[in-house]
Amino acid sequence: MIKIDHLVKNYGANRAVDDISFEVAPGEIVGLLGPNGAGKSTTMNILAGYLSSTSGRVLVDGLNVLDAPLEVKRRIGYLPEQPPLYLDMTVEEYLIFVYNLKGCTLNRTKHLQEICEVVKLTDVYKRLIKNLSKGFRQRVGIAQALIGNPPVIIFDEPTVGLDPKQIIEIRNLIRTLGRDHTVILSTHILQEVQAVCDRIIIINKGRVVADELTENINRVGANCNRYQAKICGPQREVLSMLRDRTDVVYAEALSARDGDAYVYHIESAKGVDIRKSLFYALSAKGWPLVGLETLGMNLEDIFITVVDKTSDITAQRKPGRAGKKGPSRSVEKDIAQSILDATAAKQESIAPYEGDE
Amino acid sequence: MFAIFKKELRAYFTTPIGYVYAGVFLAAAALICAFTTLQQASYNTSSYFQYLLFTFIVLIPLLTMRMFSEERKTRTEQLLLTAPITITGMVLGKYFAAFTLFAATVLVSCLNFVPLLGYTVIEQAAATSDTHIGPMGGQIVGCLLGILLIGAAFIAIGLFVSSLTENQLASAVITIGVLAVLIFVGIVAAKVNSSVVRTVLGWISVLSRYDNFSLGLFDFSALLYYVSISGVFIFLTVRIYEKRRWG
Repeated sequence: MIKIDHLVKNYGANRAVDDISFEVAPGEIVGLLGPNGAGKSTTMNILAGYLSSTSGRVLVDGLNVLDAPLEVKRRIGYLPEQPPLYLDMTVEEYLIFVYNLKGCTLNRTKHLQEICEVVKLTDVYKRLIKNLSKGFRQRVGIAQALIGNPPVIIFDEPTVGLDPKQIIEIRNLIRTLGRDHTVILSTHILQEVQAVCDRIIIINKGRVVADELTENINRVGANCNRYQAKICGPQREVLSMLRDRTDVVYAEALSARDGDAYVYHIESAKGVDIRKSLFYALSAKGWPLVGLETLGMNLEDIFITVVDKTSDITAQRKPGRAGKKGPSRSVEKDIAQSILDATAAKQESIAPYEGDE
Repeated sequence: MFAIFKKELRAYFTTPIGYVYAGVFLAAAALICAFTTLQQASYNTSSYFQYLLFTFIVLIPLLTMRMFSEERKTRTEQLLLTAPITITGMVLGKYFAAFTLFAATVLVSCLNFVPLLGYTVIEQAAATSDTHIGPMGGQIVGCLLGILLIGAAFIAIGLFVSSLTENQLASAVITIGVLAVLIFVGIVAAKVNSSVVRTVLGWISVLSRYDNFSLGLFDFSALLYYVSISGVFIFLTVRIYEKRRWG
């Protein structure tokens, strides 16, 4: 559906997008993930036809943005980082304007009504946009992107500035849209891509540093042998019992308490799942296990590792070598390896109490 | 293009700008008309239109200052530029919206001639000789056509300036400056002795081509001149947007 091919964008001497290539299949929800200034918005702006690339090409449905701009734009619904709203219009006027602007041929009243129901705008339909809260404005922006029912939808940071409830709603909405649209969204919030996307593309400093299915990344994160347990019973005896076990390499009591249960940090030997045997051992002693949690490596850790790693790699490269092919396969392998390394490294170190995540 | 035309026209009247523009224009036109015709006890409207041109220096920027500047500042241009319309369509939509409001107020200001017609009727009834009494129709039509063309050219210039900056005030001030130069250069030219300088200044001056219209003559070359000024500045505005995409 979408093919981005060696995309480069320079702003003067500053290279915002440095040879990005990826493809998105129809019906896929892809998350572009990266720190601020990584080139996510620039990539999306080029994709939507707002900016032109310095080199490289973008194909939507096999059409090049440069050759058939109107055809491509007709296929894309775009919500920029800052929703492009006319504050002195009502929601209704604004949506009708966008409807006319896009030269839509669907039944207007029905189409707009459907969209408003999907994004829950019906209550504020007659109100001025300038009087709406940030959450509603964001929804108007989303509604605008949906007008004309374009097959490709691009959301640039759709949940920024929303409250937690709205964030969940928007994420659900995006998942719903993903059923019959191709969706690309960008974010620097990791839970978001984890919750919504089929595939994650991590971008840093204008380069694709990782392109993985979400489940694969999750699996890497789950591969871990650290636990946090909440056990009722005398702290000293529990701790010595834990330390006496052969499959536990490390155990410590944390200062946190949950009712009459103490919280312990346990690390098992590699490749051993101690959860079941620990449960039986504790119950034999009459110390109820009231909580047991795997301290997996979360996406934050993965993300930071990947981004740090690539910063090192780019730093090692000689600057100013424009036009060369990259990122090479070997770099991507480095990344995959670095994720695993980081997981291992994390297991060797002892993390302090991390709070309830 | 039509969607943008409608939006812009509507925006004039949901913000104070349209009212301020129309109000000031009509008030100024009425005052000028009163001073140049009624007070002078004259049916000659040529100086009325001359003075009206001076008000354009301040009034046309009101129409054009926010056109692109505001879109750029509020980032709404992203919507327009990612919509399936051409940049030319977008610029023309805005241009015709400004021109429509401008032309409408100019036509409404023709009400100023009603008192002249009233006097014509009275004086003709009392007239003893056969001489022509009343305003000259040819002159009025010629002048109207002339100022509409000049306004159209000025609007294109204002739009161009507006596309250069995201600050409305800067856009307005620069447009005022440019339009003032274009108008006053003709007056300066008349005072210069050197014929070379005078010719050059006359070329720049938009007023020099207006003279035939004020005599009630249809000047095709002047029409072409004003239309091409509009065309050039609309084209430049489109180029500015193209260039920004690539920048």
